[in-house]
Amino acid sequence: MATQPAERPVVKLRLYVAGNGPNSVLARANIALFCDVENEQTCDLEIVDLLEFPQRALADGVIVTPTLLRLSPLPARRIVGNLSDRDKVLLMLRAV
Amino acid sequence: MSMRAQPALPALAKVLTGIRGFDEITRGGLPAGRTTLVLGGPGCGKTVFSLQTLANGVRDANETAIFVAFEESAERILSNAASFGWNLGALTPDQLFFFDARLSPETVTVGEFDLVGMLAILEAKVREIGAQRIVFDGIDVLLALLDNAAAERREMYRIRDWLNHMGLTGIVTQKVSGNESDRRFGFLQFTADCVVLLMHQVLDGSAFRNLRVMKYRGSGFAADEFPITLTSAGLQLTNRGPTELAYDVSDERVSTGVARLDHMLRGGYYRGSNVLISGAPGTAKSTLAGLFAEQSCARGERTMYVSFDEGAKQIVRNLRSVAVHLAPYVESGLLRMFSTRTRGPNIEDQFSDLRAIVREHNPSCLVVDPLSALSTKLSHVASADAAQQFLDFLKGRGITVVNTSLLDGVNTDEVTATGISTIADTWIHMSYVVQDGERNRALTIVKSRGTGHSNQVRELILADDGVTLTDVFVAQGKVLMGVARWQWEKDSAAAKQGADEALERRRLQLRLAQAEATARLEVIRSEMAARSAEIALLARSKGSASDLDATDIATLHGLRFGDDDDVAETAPDSPVSEQPHGQGT
Repeated sequence: MATQPAERPVVKLRLYVAGNGPNSVLARANIALFCDVENEQTCDLEIVDLLEFPQRALADGVIVTPTLLRLSPLPARRIVGNLSDRDKVLLMLRAV
Repeated sequence: MSMRAQPALPALAKVLTGIRGFDEITRGGLPAGRTTLVLGGPGCGKTVFSLQTLANGVRDANETAIFVAFEESAERILSNAASFGWNLGALTPDQLFFFDARLSPETVTVGEFDLVGMLAILEAKVREIGAQRIVFDGIDVLLALLDNAAAERREMYRIRDWLNHMGLTGIVTQKVSGNESDRRFGFLQFTADCVVLLMHQVLDGSAFRNLRVMKYRGSGFAADEFPITLTSAGLQLTNRGPTELAYDVSDERVSTGVARLDHMLRGGYYRGSNVLISGAPGTAKSTLAGLFAEQSCARGERTMYVSFDEGAKQIVRNLRSVAVHLAPYVESGLLRMFSTRTRGPNIEDQFSDLRAIVREHNPSCLVVDPLSALSTKLSHVASADAAQQFLDFLKGRGITVVNTSLLDGVNTDEVTATGISTIADTWIHMSYVVQDGERNRALTIVKSRGTGHSNQVRELILADDGVTLTDVFVAQGKVLMGVARWQWEKDSAAAKQGADEALERRRLQLRLAQAEATARLEVIRSEMAARSAEIALLARSKGSASDLDATDIATLHGLRFGDDDDVAETAPDSPVSEQPHGQGT
């Protein structure tokens, strides 16, 4: 994988958090680690604070926080939780 | 009864649920601005209870509300609720907002999460539409994903605090299906301000739903289990009946079919009243009910005879043997016989069928024979409630109802337990009196509301030519019936005859004596008359002599030409002159 980084598709992610609650802080940290591992060029991450934009969360069908959406590549994926199990997160986000 | 009329206490404001009966037992509904926990197993009506409360609030109080669905989609809930006639489809999302809080099946859980985000979304929505009520339906589904009891508890507290902070009247439903769940969410019962338990049980193959208020902070409430039913109007408590007992009452009397019983009741049953005839098997309860039905038909009134356990034709035949003829009225359509079995799928359904038939036939007099068949086979409380509701329905239509109730012996506890006795306006009890080797039927009027009634026991006599009541006799502290009564009547008749004869003898004697006296009186009277005649005669005799003295002596003297001195000397020769000397002085 390391020999062909350019061919790796861009992973588009959106993370919904709620302010600085414990789970939200953990999720931010964990997703940052994931993007480091994956290479920043291939990781398009948007973090949305639900407390500021509840309507966006409603539109995205977000119920709990934190919620991580993989918007691309398809199929879309949805992970809830503070992403504490990094291996599992990697597995989920890499899978096509 | 109506809580609407009472001002809410400042200490604890309440909001009406609009659920019939529930607002009464909680004395005003759910605690306003607080959390109510609705517990129950699957199919108990938690969702219906919650949604109905919201829908009623929107409709009746012009409130707005949010329904957070963790288990079912909004579409599914709406279609399920469509049968209730709440017309939820007509409500806009600004009035009743459904928040679909189901996690899609593809969702993967990695690590802990919380409801801060959801509450933020809901808070925005609450402010947007100005919601006053909110329901969290099936939140355990979501919290189960946490797989961490402490985290679950934390999130529940979060919801409760949020509700308090928002000042929302909240309902949180929670599944309870065993001890495990009870332990898991037991703490909820301590934190919630009001806890309502919905239960589902099957008794003798019939399903019953019950509701119980387990807890209500700062408020009194009825803590009993109340049966609930799902009707076209939604969930309701069934035993409360109409909240206001406002029937039209009539002073008109309806004949019982037995002239002497009419007399005992000062004219018969009141029209539109409930009559209960209780008694052991074979005490002629059905006969009395049949007489009432026959009499009603004879007046040309539409009549209905509902029998449990016995076929219509059999009843008609049996009543014919005591000269109660129902067959002509059945043929003419005036009398509707309806026979059914008591063991049905559900007692509520059974009464629902009965209501439909009553509406269709529209009788003014009705017999239910026996009402107790319902209570003996099914759960007492539930069936009595259903029966009471049915009787309320009949009373609301002004139907005069005669119910029979099977009771062993004279133990009245049972009929009291079924609650039927309390709604009966007139209660007639039939019993057997066993005495001197025979069994006789005795009739007593236990109570009769609003009318004087005889307190005496009567003997009921069934004969080929009809039914009559006769007086019973009390002799030497015993009630005499049957042969004993006949013997007593015969003896007393004989005694009376003896007394009559003695009297006649005495009368004759006196008459004889009177006749004798009269005769004697006649003799004396005759004697008296004779003496009187004699006296009169004597008087006359004396009178003639005196006249001679006074008037004729001078003449005589003149005739004799004697001296005046010689007048006296000459007199003694005359017999007339001698009399005054011998007798006249």
